[in-house]
Amino acid sequence: MMRQILIGMTVSAFCAGAAVAQVAPEAVAFTEGAVEQSLSGAAGNPEEGKKVFATAGLGNCVACHAAEITKDIPFPGTVGPTLDGAADRWSEAQLRGLVANAKMTFDGTIMPSFYKTSGYIRPGDAYTGKAGTEPLPPVLSAQQVEDVVAYLMTFKE
Amino acid sequence: MTQRTITAALAATAFLGFAFAGHAEPANDTLIIDGSEIITRAAPAAHLDGALTELISGWQFRDTETRAIQMDDFDNPGMIFVDRGIDSWNTADGTDGKSCASCHEGPESMKGLRAVTPRVDAKSGKVMNIESYINDCRTTRMGAEAWGDKAEAMTDMLALISLQSRGELVNVAVDGAAAPIYAQGKEIYYTRYGQLELSCANCHEDNNGNYIRSDHLSQGQTNGFPVYRLKDAKLTSAQGRFVGCVRDTRAETFKIGSDEFNALELYVASRGNGLAVEGVSVRN
Ligand code: HEC
Ligand code: HEC
Repeated sequence: MMRQILIGMTVSAFCAGAAVAQVAPEAVAFTEGAVEQSLSGAAGNPEEGKKVFATAGLGNCVACHAAEITKDIPFPGTVGPTLDGAADRWSEAQLRGLVANAKMTFDGTIMPSFYKTSGYIRPGDAYTGKAGTEPLPPVLSAQQVEDVVAYLMTFKE
Repeated sequence: MTQRTITAALAATAFLGFAFAGHAEPANDTLIIDGSEIITRAAPAAHLDGALTELISGWQFRDTETRAIQMDDFDNPGMIFVDRGIDSWNTADGTDGKSCASCHEGPESMKGLRAVTPRVDAKSGKVMNIESYINDCRTTRMGAEAWGDKAEAMTDMLALISLQSRGELVNVAVDGAAAPIYAQGKEIYYTRYGQLELSCANCHEDNNGNYIRSDHLSQGQTNGFPVYRLKDAKLTSAQGRFVGCVRDTRAETFKIGSDEFNALELYVASRGNGLAVEGVSVRN
């Protein structure tokens, strides 16, 4: 019995540890636009990242970006540059920074910040048109950012 | 390279061009309805200060089929609402037992109004768009209830009144009493609202001609309103459209008829000074 309790405590301590390793949106450290540390504390999954990239309610990256590698996702937009070779041009840390808050890399860019919770003008409650209260949930969770970064790391020419 | 691989390579380039860069330009078609040309491209007014190099109606950004529907009043589903508008024009309503026709005779008496509204009433300082005029008549002259902003009766009447100015060039005043309203609308146009931090200008000034997913971004001009949207199968007013655009930035929208949207409608309309009123246009 004692032993089981001890194991139980170790497990919850471990879980708490994992939660702490997650970087809160307000605490993300940018170095010239790049973010070194995994936001979730875990590795990203490129297949999940592709879903984030393609899904309108998530990253909806395809609304603005096309690439050879994403050509099975229909109707890519042309507002942003094509992303072929993105992983040749940018390091993982730079890509993480670009997804978390592209304005740290490109001043004033139209690209939205996906891991940011406050500092908005008339923030809404997602796509309802109603008022939202800051801090808002970030558009993407820490793990979703990691997933889409892992997917971007496959954009090699 | 053999002849065959050259052809294949060319075909591949053509395909990529189509998928990634092609179709970015709007059409360069001529809008002719009932034998008359409706101006869909024009030189920008001086007050735009070079923000746009050419004014282009949203009609030019729609696909061939959608453009064709608007060229023929028998195909244009928006015209059905004009007919309903005529009925309601002639129907007495309210405690005074009056219809629009009691005071204004035929709807053709409204010719020209659509081209110069919204405008600022010099006496009251209020922004008057067609909806405000309609509800002013209903409440102060007919003893009838105001129509809701999105009520079908309202959009029917908008369609009927707008059609009377078809082909006339938009000429919304930006000076005098309108100057502070214009400034307020301009400020809103360039503000990056919502969690996506996007302004009207981000999409319609900086990126018109580009695709956002499958949507071909136009200049967001209002000369075509009210618009019959094929996907909604109903008419939408300019401010109704603004609501959708602001909502898509994950922002809290302004209300239809609010001071903010009235100012924005005046400002956006004035960006189209020189384009023609289309009457009732068709969009996807
Ligand atoms: C509303 C449009 C828009 C959306 C949505 C968007 N981007 Fe971007 N993105 C841009 C623009 C525009 C740039 C170019 C930077 C600049 O000059 O402003 C860019 C730049 C980039 C770059 C660097 C470009 C390069 O290859 O050098 C990457 C990588 C990128 N985006 C990834 C993403 C990912 C991943 C998502 C979704 C999670 C996304 N973008 C969503 C507009 C967008
Ligand atoms: C995220 C991008 C985006 C933003 C920001 C945006 N719009 Fe739009 N807007 C669209 C799209 C997409 C359409 C449909 C295609 C088109 O006509 O451009 C549209 C259509 C319109 C139309 C209809 C044009 C026509 O001819 O049918 C008007 C008017 C308009 N927008 C005005 C505005 C105003 C005013 C704002 C700011 C309050 C705004 N938009 C902000 C994306 C946007």
